[in-house]
Formats: sequence, C-alpha cells, structure tokens
Amino acid sequence: MTSLAEELLIAVVTIVIVISALLGGFSLMTWVERRTLALMQYRLGPNRTGPFGILQPVADGIKLFFKEEAMPAAADKWAFLAAPVVAVATALLATAVIPYGPPFQAFGRRLQIQIADIEVGLLFILAVTAIGVYGIVIAGWAANNKYSLLGGLRSSAQMFSYELALGFSWVTLIMAARSFRINDIVADQSGWFLNWNVFLHFPAFLVYVLAATAEVARTPFDLPEAESELVAGFHTEYSSMRFALIQMAEYINMITVTVLLANLFLGGWHSGIPGMPETLAGFPLGFVWWGLKVAFFLFVFIWLRATLPRFRYDQLMHLGWKVLIPLVAVWVMVFAAWVAISG
Amino acid sequence: MMDAILFYAFAAIAVASAVVVISQRNPMYSALALIVTLCSVAVIFGLLGSPFIAVLQVIVYAGAIMVLFLFVLMLLNVKREEDGPGEGARTLRGLALALVALLVLQAGTVLLRFELAPAPSFDASTVEMARILFSPQFLYAFEATSILILAALVGAVVLAKKEL
Repeated sequence: MTSLAEELLIAVVTIVIVISALLGGFSLMTWVERRTLALMQYRLGPNRTGPFGILQPVADGIKLFFKEEAMPAAADKWAFLAAPVVAVATALLATAVIPYGPPFQAFGRRLQIQIADIEVGLLFILAVTAIGVYGIVIAGWAANNKYSLLGGLRSSAQMFSYELALGFSWVTLIMAARSFRINDIVADQSGWFLNWNVFLHFPAFLVYVLAATAEVARTPFDLPEAESELVAGFHTEYSSMRFALIQMAEYINMITVTVLLANLFLGGWHSGIPGMPETLAGFPLGFVWWGLKVAFFLFVFIWLRATLPRFRYDQLMHLGWKVLIPLVAVWVMVFAAWVAISG
Repeated sequence: MMDAILFYAFAAIAVASAVVVISQRNPMYSALALIVTLCSVAVIFGLLGSPFIAVLQVIVYAGAIMVLFLFVLMLLNVKREEDGPGEGARTLRGLALALVALLVLQAGTVLLRFELAPAPSFDASTVEMARILFSPQFLYAFEATSILILAALVGAVVLAKKEL
C-alpha cells in the first residue's frame, strides 16, 4: 500500500470515528440529560424503553423521523430548508480541528484522533462559529413569522456578543503557548496539575465557562427554550427531522465547547501528576484522564440547568458586554504586560 | 495538481456567487451569496499558503460584517425589488458601461506594459506572519486605513441624521 493511500485511509477512518462518536454522544447526552435532570428533581425520567430507558433516544429519533414536516405557506422555501443544514454543517466542521485524547502508538505509527491538526486551530473554530450564526439568522428570517424573526435576532445577538468574550478568553493561552494549535496549548500544560491553565489563567477560565455556556444557549442563557414567555425563538416553525437537526447542532456545539474546555484549561489528556505511567497494558491512560474531564463538565452543564433560573435578555446583554468583556480585556492587558516584562 | 483543482473550483464559486450578488432581486439572497463569495476567497487565501489570513477573512468579513448586513435587511424587511419602467434600457446601459470600463482597464494594462511581479515565495508560520503584519512596514498604513473607515462612518452619520 502506498503512503498516500495509507494517509487517505487514516483520514477517512478518523473522520468516521469522530462523526459517529459525536452523533452517538449527542443521542446519549439527550438521555443522560433527561435522566439526570429527573433525578435532581425527584422524578424518574424516561425509564421505560430498554434497560434504564437507554433506548429512549432511538425511540425519539424514530418518532421525529415519522412526524409530518410542516412548513409555513409564506416561508422562504430554500432558506427555510437550508438553515438547519447550515447549523449542523458548521457544528460538525468545528469539531474537525479538535484533538480527542492523546497521541498513541498503533499499527506501528503515531496516531491521534483528530481530523486536521492545522496551525490556526483556535481561529478556525472562531471562524466556523461565526458562520454558524447564519444558521440561526436564516432560520428566524425564512419562517416569515414575527416571533421567529425576533427570536432569531435575539439568539444571533447573544451568540456574537459572547463570541467576543469567548475568543478573548483564549488570547492569554495563545500568548503563553505561543501557538494557535490546540495540541501545543495542551503540551504547554504538562507536568504538575498546577501547570493547568485553569490555575494561572483563572479569569480567562471563568470568562470561557460563562461565554461558552451562553454561546451554546444552555441554562441560564437558554432564551430560545422560553416558549411560554418568548415563544421559543428561531426554531418555532420547525418540526420533525429539521427540528431534530437543530437540536443536534446544539448538542454537538455543547460537546465541542466542553472538549475545548478540557483541552485548553484542564491539561487535556495530562494526568497532572508527574511520573504517572503513560499506558496501562498498552492502553494509553491519557484517554481516561481526558474522558473524565470531559464527562465532568458535560455533567456540570446539566447540573446548571437543574439549578439556575433563566436570565432576562437585558441581563444577558449586560453580563456579556459590561462584565465579561471588560474583565477579560483587563486580564489580557495584565498578562501581556507580564509577558513583555518577563520576556 | 490538487491545489490547482481546488483553486479553479473555488475561484469559479467566488465569481458565480459574485454574479448572484448583483443580479439577484431579493436583497437577502444577495447578502447570502456575498457570504459565499467571501468564504471562497478565504479558501483561495488558504491555498496560497496563508491559513491565518484565510481564517481572518472568514471571521471579520463573512462573520462579523455580513451579520450586520443581514440584521439590517431582516429588521427593515426589505422586499424583493420589482422591475420599474425602462428597466431593459437601464440594464443595457449598465452592461455597456461595464464593458467600457473593462476595456479601459485592460487597455491600460496592455499600453503601459505592467510587469507581472513574480509570485513571492511565502512560506511563513503564523507567528512569523503576525510579526510581519505588525511590523512598522504595514502597521501604520493599516492604522491609517482604519481612520479612513472611521471618517466614512462619521460622514454616513452626518448625512443620515438631519439634526445632531
């Protein structure tokens, strides 16, 4: 087998693994979320379909697939059909530059579950997220419904307000690692766990967690979920599989920001204890540390949802523009000054 | 080889969507087509060995600026434009003018014998690129352009607001 064919095979296998893991993760998350929420609220949650109700996502998928798909008569047909596709495509595109777990040795070569290790990884994610906003804008506009339009404006204003704080919170990490590449930023955090960016860059960590929560519209920033007081939002007119696609894009975005959180701030696949063996019986232990960090923060998202009430729209804008952005801007200036003085 | 195929593919998309931008009667579609153009140009930047500029192109132009355009179009609820009287003649005049402009520009190139500069071999890392962009060679010119844009902005406000 030639080298090019091998490279191609590795690329295709990696893409298939990442996409299927994300889609599997999406359906599993819907079930985990409903069960955990239910337990936190002294309910049972979906427990009828299969053991512990684990087949509930399958049942939901079948139900959504067979539902009638309705489109408002005055909707802009092509834009209405394209909007969920834009949302899902950009959500999946952003996952391409993220490393999932450590590099490992297999089949006599060094492999890593990452589709493309590009030099401008973090900027690429910001760019794709910026395009992802159009999924929401177009969905809100195309339905030709005033509530959808207002919801679309609200959600997209929320997304790009918090995108600023989100991108800003990465700046000091990039300065410290001197690279936009996510692998370099993870490598920068090896050694003791005190090297993790969450400690040195705590203000950036704080801003990232809040901005990421708002960016993926999770509680307490989940205004599109407010159907009784705000008529939901940009996806009001969507039904059936297109509604499922929008939900899928939201969950994939949530997994993306969580994986980024683990990689950028919590040392990625580093155990944080020097001298910890790299592999156990040939299995790279990095996957365990990394998986635990990701799982914990996915749980935190659900925990927040069970705990906090929703922000009002003006409070949302106030927090984004008048608290988070000034905070992170000051932190970036302080850190930049420190880097300049210490050389 | 692969680069050439991708280049021509995205160049074709960029030109086709640019034509859609000016030929569409629905302003929303024009704006969406412009986003496609900007993204295709970003891909071409990437193919020329500058992923940094490619990504900035998407973030700044396709992302931040076009979202504002779409917001305005959505809020003003701009409808599809209909043909007014004398539409055909206007189209012909426009095409003729475009043709003349093209000829004049091409004549200039041919008569003045512009030398085509050899493509600079550029294979710098992102950090290197940032260092070049923020060097005094480009920094002052860039900042001066920003002031120019600010002047345009102030002018637009002054023209739009009758009373300040």
